Amino acid sequence: MNPLFTVRDLEKRYGTRIGCTDVSFDLWPGEVMGIVGESGSGKSTLLSCLAGHMPPDRGEVHFDGRDVLAMSEPERRFLARTEWAFVHQNPRDGLRMAVSAGGNVGERLMAVGARHYGDIRETATDWLGRVEIAADRIDDRPSAFSGGMQQRLQIARNLVTGPRLVFMDEPTGGLDVSVQARLLDLLRGLVRRLGLSAIIVTHDLAVVRLLADRLMVMKGGRVVETGLTDQVLDDPQHPYTQLLVSSVLQV
Amino acid sequence: MTAMDAYNFAYLDEETKRMIRRALLKAVAIPGYQVPFASREMPMPYGWGTGGVQVTAACLMADDVLKVIDQGADDTTNAVSIRRFFQRTADVAVTEETEAATIIQTRHRIPEAALREGQIMVFQVPIPEPLRFLEPRETETRRMHALADYGLMQVKLYEDIARHGEIATAYAYPVRVEGRYVMDPSPIPKFDNPKLNDSPALMLFGAGREQRIYALPPYTQVESLDFDDHPFVASKADHACDICGATESYLDEVITDDQGGRMFVCSDTAFCRSRQGDAA
Repeated sequence: MNPLFTVRDLEKRYGTRIGCTDVSFDLWPGEVMGIVGESGSGKSTLLSCLAGHMPPDRGEVHFDGRDVLAMSEPERRFLARTEWAFVHQNPRDGLRMAVSAGGNVGERLMAVGARHYGDIRETATDWLGRVEIAADRIDDRPSAFSGGMQQRLQIARNLVTGPRLVFMDEPTGGLDVSVQARLLDLLRGLVRRLGLSAIIVTHDLAVVRLLADRLMVMKGGRVVETGLTDQVLDDPQHPYTQLLVSSVLQV
Repeated sequence: MTAMDAYNFAYLDEETKRMIRRALLKAVAIPGYQVPFASREMPMPYGWGTGGVQVTAACLMADDVLKVIDQGADDTTNAVSIRRFFQRTADVAVTEETEAATIIQTRHRIPEAALREGQIMVFQVPIPEPLRFLEPRETETRRMHALADYGLMQVKLYEDIARHGEIATAYAYPVRVEGRYVMDPSPIPKFDNPKLNDSPALMLFGAGREQRIYALPPYTQVESLDFDDHPFVASKADHACDICGATESYLDEVITDDQGGRMFVCSDTAFCRSRQGDAA
């Protein structure tokens, strides 16, 4: 078996400051990797570089044997809306707020050439069901949805084309705890059932404990510790990771 | 000094006309592509057809015969004032007959009479960007055109069907040119869209305020966007003209009193008049 996604020596600088540097990892099919760290540790910079939103200064990114950084923009855009998905922290960044829920889910289908209204609508209805949004809300705009529903809609919109790799940037940020739990449950189900690979950026250790197989801890733009999730969280080696784990509030 | 000596031929100076012609050539070379041009201040307000007037001025020759229509009519304010403008500044012959004209400047309609080779249609365009109301960023819409990334346009039609049960867009209905660029055919009713396809006439589009020119060379393939199960329909009012009785022309609904009285008449006045002549 070959890794699905390979990253080697990735570096991004903002002027003389480091965004992230010396990042290398392999992601295997069906594997979920969490990237944790405090604010400003370079998690989001890294994710933007991986997802092709920002060009890195150095390094290599391969997806399924293809060099992502050498791709032309049309190729990368096509990849980004077929085999990749990106779930934004704020659903407003990932949704079209003036377009109905059905249109939001259908956009990716239409962008890759679907031209049959009935089929698009059927697929959209199916996906709304999978993310637990009632079918009769299909013509409502996301602005009429609650925060949790918007986030679920964003997930449906991203997964509708059957991607193999999902990037998530704080998917549960800004949601209250019970909604978070439900969303995490849903995500875990979808990821496992569809056999997706995912890279999840978060500062919430509970999220990665639940979703991620493997963990990468970042500080100051560098990876300070990697390992299996339970191993890193239960037996942290690096002082920073120890600090991170011990500063989780216990109820 | 006669009126003609007071102006350069067709109002614009030669350098400006040259600049516009260069933009026109590029537009014709890349059908449906929006070419930026340095739109001039014209002696009329934006929205009155400053883009169309500049294109017409750049195309006009002394032996041309000009027709100007506004919503299909030759006798509305906009049409009359532009026609007079060119009579005064270029001293060209004018006509109301579609067949006799060599250049037809139009707002919102394509004449009913079939166009022929050698004719030039000039459209006045308010907003040339078909993606504008879906994506407000110019940088992004340009990139979408460059990459032929047109899924979003389809989303608009999807929304129409979801909300109204059919594609409710009735004018400025988006078209795809030669399988490449998606273009706004200016606010013509979708009834006129099929006339764009494979037309023997040259079609030029000028947007003065937005500073864009685009074009369809003769015999260009122009296809209206639609869904497989909701095909494009060139709709019109389901009625016959109350003056000439035509059933195949595009109709305006005219309110005649405050008692609910109304009549349907041809929006193309020259077409309607020619039919009345035939009947008499």
